[in-house]
Amino acid sequence: MSSHDDVESVKKQTRAYLKVFATLMVMTVLTVAVAFMHMPPVVAIGIALAIALFKGSLVAGVFMHLFHEHKAIYWILLLTVAFFFVLLFWPTLSAWDQRHL
Amino acid sequence: MEIPYNVEPRPDTGLYNAKLGVWLFLASEVMLFGALFSSYILLRTGAPVWPMGRQLLNVPLATLNTVILIASSMTMVMSWASLKLKNFGKFRLYMGLTLLLALGFLVVKGFEYGAEFGEHRFPATSMFLAVYFTLTGLHGLHIVGGMIVNGYLWGPGAKMWKTDPERFTNRIEVAGLYWHFVDLVWIFLFPTLYLL
Repeated sequence: MSSHDDVESVKKQTRAYLKVFATLMVMTVLTVAVAFMHMPPVVAIGIALAIALFKGSLVAGVFMHLFHEHKAIYWILLLTVAFFFVLLFWPTLSAWDQRHL
Repeated sequence: MEIPYNVEPRPDTGLYNAKLGVWLFLASEVMLFGALFSSYILLRTGAPVWPMGRQLLNVPLATLNTVILIASSMTMVMSWASLKLKNFGKFRLYMGLTLLLALGFLVVKGFEYGAEFGEHRFPATSMFLAVYFTLTGLHGLHIVGGMIVNGYLWGPGAKMWKTDPERFTNRIEVAGLYWHFVDLVWIFLFPTLYLL
């Protein structure tokens, strides 16, 4: 890649950063607005976590360049996500099991 | 002896070493916060009653802090982009703004903590407050850690730009990875603790 291409690519990325920044701000306002809408708890939790996941993937994908990373990082993250979900749900499911057996 | 793969990628991973190292570190951070989130879910689902965060905590201040932290992520990535465009002056400006925003976050958090303590709400007061202070306190320590590293890179560490600009740019990129992760954690903490 020539130096000119490199500069153009960074300028293109900068425009993407601005769009992501604006989206994150709008989503933050939306998160607060939805929380005060008096919805059933399950719906409120679902929407809040969906917005947080969307915001999180924009930060990881664009600001942390994860959408264009190397395979080694994807493998590290795949393992991390697997262990994260075990850690997140195993204690809860095990406690639920004990209460219902 | 020169340490290899500071700038050029390793043939086997396709990454320079610092980037791989920081991603491995972030994986361990995911497990640290994951364990605390797991404890939170376990305690909340097992509790007979659990207060709504927004009834106890200051949502407008937390929203302001969310905006501050997202803005700091933006300035952080712009500081890296400025170095890629060989504009050291703009790097200094954006990194300086990142530091100021981080300081702003801590000041707002200080006001929040002050108000909680003023109303005699401490970590030992309730399970909810124990979880709240543990998670936000640990997150706050991460902000302080990031400020120390970013402060070094903005000040004395910036000398490397003259001797080894590509390596310095990579340092800013990996410092940014950490900083965005701290932002990402807050994106989940904010609705979990304050709104739900």
